[in-house]
Amino acid sequence: MDFLGLFNYWVVVILMMVGLYIVIAHKNLVKKLIGINIFQTSIFILFISMGKVTGGTAPILSEANPVYSSPLPHVLILTAIVVGISTTALGLAIVIRIYHAYGTVEDDEIQRELSD
Amino acid sequence: MINSHLPVLQVLLPLIAAPLCVILRQSVLSWLFATLICFLSFIISCVLFNQVLESGVISYALGGWLSPWGIEYRLDKLTAFMLLIINGVAAIVLLGARESIADEISSDRLYLFYTAFLLNLTGVLGVIMTGDAFNLFVFIEIASLSSYAMISIGNDRRCLYAAFKYLIFGTIGASFILISVGLLYAVTGTLNMVDIFQRLPDVENTKTLTTALVFFVVGIGIKAAIFPLHLWLPDAYSYSPSIVSTFLAGTTTKVFVYVLIRFIYSVFGYETVFVQEAMSHVLMILACAGILYGSYLAIQQDSLKRLLAYSSVAQLGYMLLGISLATEAGLAAGLIHVFNHAIIKVALFLSVIIIIFYTKTDSISKLAGLAKTMPLLMLSFLIGGLSLIGVPLTAGFVSKWFLIKASFENGYWGLVVVIVFSSVLAIIYIWKFIEVAYFKEPDKVVIAIDGNQKTPYLLLFSLFVFVIANVYFGLDSSLNVDMANAIAQDFYLDFVVQ
Repeated sequence: MDFLGLFNYWVVVILMMVGLYIVIAHKNLVKKLIGINIFQTSIFILFISMGKVTGGTAPILSEANPVYSSPLPHVLILTAIVVGISTTALGLAIVIRIYHAYGTVEDDEIQRELSD
Repeated sequence: MINSHLPVLQVLLPLIAAPLCVILRQSVLSWLFATLICFLSFIISCVLFNQVLESGVISYALGGWLSPWGIEYRLDKLTAFMLLIINGVAAIVLLGARESIADEISSDRLYLFYTAFLLNLTGVLGVIMTGDAFNLFVFIEIASLSSYAMISIGNDRRCLYAAFKYLIFGTIGASFILISVGLLYAVTGTLNMVDIFQRLPDVENTKTLTTALVFFVVGIGIKAAIFPLHLWLPDAYSYSPSIVSTFLAGTTTKVFVYVLIRFIYSVFGYETVFVQEAMSHVLMILACAGILYGSYLAIQQDSLKRLLAYSSVAQLGYMLLGISLATEAGLAAGLIHVFNHAIIKVALFLSVIIIIFYTKTDSISKLAGLAKTMPLLMLSFLIGGLSLIGVPLTAGFVSKWFLIKASFENGYWGLVVVIVFSSVLAIIYIWKFIEVAYFKEPDKVVIAIDGNQKTPYLLLFSLFVFVIANVYFGLDSSLNVDMANAIAQDFYLDFVVQ
């Protein structure tokens, strides 16, 4: 097992699990959103690190530097970041409305309010 | 000239119309405008349907960038069939939406509902049309984000929590799909679905491909509410404004079933999914468990919307069951049920909307004796219910018939037992309401129904369209059955190596 060769994937998996753990374990809705964000960031890193070519430069064709990293993943992730931001924004907006409606953003307290 | 650009117009039309709704502001105006757009979109999908039947697969290069460099919109028979279902449901549901929506959403937010509705339609249509794996993810997120907004727009405070739950689940699901697309890109170097399909044989039997498939199935499982990943669905359907639940039940989950079929056959390929990974058994077990679990929980519900939501979980099981048989007949049966379930569930939800419109409640126990005051409405519910159970002469019977036939052909006797048994469970949960409404003395809620209240004619019209469709497709099922068979045949000719 080439641990160092797969270094980027280890980072991705650890970040992903940290994010998922926060989403599942934390009762606070804002913290859940933070968890989702970390989770999504790990996927961004997965994509971007995938496009790296050793010794590659920015994708500008020139005689001096014939090797360049793949630009496509960067472009995809730019779109994915926008999607992620919209999700976070919408999530926070819903959390604000939840706070107005229930007076709390703690999962268990909302559940208690709902069952009353 | 315009004909050749119809594929992109189909998606762009609601996308451009959505912000215009915000500018219009006035609720009746934006309703008229949105409905007009939906009907235009429906007409476009009819024309596209004809074009596909006449000339076969249509490929549209977005912005003139040819695939595999640019994004390709690809229309085959399945695409055209799904466009027709989605646009039909959207147009007719929105036509009747105004009266019910005005009741359940505060008036200063109405135009925002129509904006979100059109954005959702954009996303859903885009998911169907696109031939690019990453573009698919973007459209899935457009559809999902707008549906979170639509769910949370209601006055009931429970819908906020339901929307948040759906947001968390949905984002994880979409992220899983994104991982899957990333891994596919890593092994094939392309995002175009046709290209991925052609290059996959080179990387067969790699762990990356297996990982991509598993991430994809789990991700789409969350989005399509396949048991046991359905936990967001009952809350989202029962607490959101009724029109939203109707629209979501008729379109969103169906679209994700479509994405599942699309990826199994024309991206990962039959060989990878069913032969190497034995996915069919996994899906089959989940489908059966979902059918039984959904029906069982539906029986225990008192709220009509919640009952229909759990029944949706069960009905999704039927579609999945058809797909999991991994045969031409099974795929056709699944597709027939996608069509039939859309008209059945929308008919049932629309009758519940009218019940809520008059009585302001959807609790079964409070609706005793409803049939005496609203006989026609209860008859509509009864026909929808019979169709859900699968009684002959209704649309539901046709899909169950083909599903049972497909299971027999494969020699799965157990599945036939599951289907018949779950039909019995469906009789129980539909009967629960029918009994209360027909054979009990009117209760105070029903007696209090105001006879002078304005009749929601358009809503009734939408309901009758779907009820008549249920009977029509039960008597003459040639249209949807022939189409589903033709799609399955094409898929097995094009994508499955014999």
